[in-house]
Amino acid sequence: MSQPPILETVDVVKSFGALMVTDRVSLSVYPGEMHALIGPNGAGKSTLINQITGELEVNSGSIFFEQQLINPLSAAARSRLGMSRAYQVPQLFGTMTVAGHMIMAQIASKNQGFSMWKKSAELHELSSAQQDILQQVGLLHLASKPMASLAHGEKRQLELAISLSCDARLLILDEPLAGLGPTESEQMIELLRRLKTRYGILLVEHDMQAVFSLADRVSVLVNGSVIASGTVEQIKNDPLVKSAYLGDELEAH
Amino acid sequence: MSASQVIKKSDSNASRLAITFSVLLLLALLVPLLDQAYYTKLVSRVCVFAIAAVSLDLIVGFSGRVSLGHAAFFGIGVYSAGILAQLGITQLGWVMPIAFMAAGLVGCFIGSISLRTQGLYFIFITLAFSQMIFFIAQGLRMYGGDDGFRLPAPTVWVEGFDLSQPKVLAYTMLMVLMAVAYVAHRLMTSNFGQVIIASRDNSRKVNSLGLQPYPYQLTLFTISAAMCALGGVGFANLNEYVSPASISWVQSGEFLFMVILGSAGTLLGPILGAAAFVLLEQILSAWTEYWMFYLGIILMLRVLFLKTGLLGLIAQERT
Repeated sequence: MSQPPILETVDVVKSFGALMVTDRVSLSVYPGEMHALIGPNGAGKSTLINQITGELEVNSGSIFFEQQLINPLSAAARSRLGMSRAYQVPQLFGTMTVAGHMIMAQIASKNQGFSMWKKSAELHELSSAQQDILQQVGLLHLASKPMASLAHGEKRQLELAISLSCDARLLILDEPLAGLGPTESEQMIELLRRLKTRYGILLVEHDMQAVFSLADRVSVLVNGSVIASGTVEQIKNDPLVKSAYLGDELEAH
Repeated sequence: MSASQVIKKSDSNASRLAITFSVLLLLALLVPLLDQAYYTKLVSRVCVFAIAAVSLDLIVGFSGRVSLGHAAFFGIGVYSAGILAQLGITQLGWVMPIAFMAAGLVGCFIGSISLRTQGLYFIFITLAFSQMIFFIAQGLRMYGGDDGFRLPAPTVWVEGFDLSQPKVLAYTMLMVLMAVAYVAHRLMTSNFGQVIIASRDNSRKVNSLGLQPYPYQLTLFTISAAMCALGGVGFANLNEYVSPASISWVQSGEFLFMVILGSAGTLLGPILGAAAFVLLEQILSAWTEYWMFYLGIILMLRVLFLKTGLLGLIAQERT
């Protein structure tokens, strides 16, 4: 890789009391690369993401975004640098419409929240770029609908649309396929495939078929530590990974 | 339901709202012309409380936090009118801005601490601060302490045209109410308002979008406090008296009552709530000494049966 990584964690450690949830994790994501983080439930994937996005403080270790140390920055400040996160359970605004979310994303990314007098943008004023994003995730026809009326899969799509309209260079996607039906799943995978060259993406996902077809590199997290990291082929054939995690799942395919 | 039906339904909602508030505005404009001081003062009373209720709605409805201390800012308005009059300053052009600034400053301070908390703690901290201000007012010996003091002189527009005249007071407070409601409406439909609403709905997500809710919420709290004091200036003139009772937590509770009765987060609802509160207070207290008891029953009925408050009676919210 000629370019420097967009995200790099170095020996990140986090423990809750005696419980070590993140154990000297070092990984990197390069621009245009999709790095998948896999591991069994309770391996500490979401905890690691919370430390990267700044919702949790690390005990020790360093996190760099585009080679800048971001440990001391708040979640909001890290987001402003150019990282955007889609949550495992979609985090949306209960009383807003789909379009309202896109407008909110625009207000945030342009930092125009202190415009206090001029009327905020409305549905028909969505920029063509934002309409395009809604089209890509398949929500354009629902733009005027209240978020609360969306199906679960559509909420996921909306959260991804918000991330895409934030001018981020790093996307952190926490199980974007969880809870999606087969067709929605396929659409989401197709969308991720189209996105992956344009962003650095850290993907947490349980759907192994999706991971193996999308990811450039895979890291396996077990009990808080990375037990293997490499290309899809390397991970598939890693004996340690097989015994600790993949085992039955690989043989089934 | 098709899209056109939805639009039609909300159109009829909008026109019913427009009719209701046109009638209310017309009443407020015409009633003082009857030259019946009692009814004119009733209009003033509604406007004064509606100013406080709209201010409080910014916090309760839009910020999603229950403040049980807004009487503190109302009271700062009351005492500003009184103390300034004592010092010989009665021009409206001075009294209103000074009350506004004073309550804004205190609001900024109280908000800066209380907005770091959520839920129950927020209620308690705002209550605690307002009780502190209540006791400070009670301790002002030179300003009547416990008993308060007579407003030495009414607030004056120009010579011979002052707020002790019921008509002048009613129209002045109606103007202030309309200005406050308009400013609140503009604020809540701007980008700023969207950030406030988004922070109420999901502050974690607002953070992850790169905005910190706190400075926005503090700005709103400061504005709300400042606007609330404008009602207080009217209240001092209406009663021609300055009393610590206007800062008591009972007063805060009544403001909250108006907001909830009308429907929080709507701005128009609290105006209806204030009007209904004043009317009920007049009617019930003429009828029985225990009018508060019946007011309680009415609030219970509203909570149990009117999902969107009095405003919902006029314009049923779409589901």
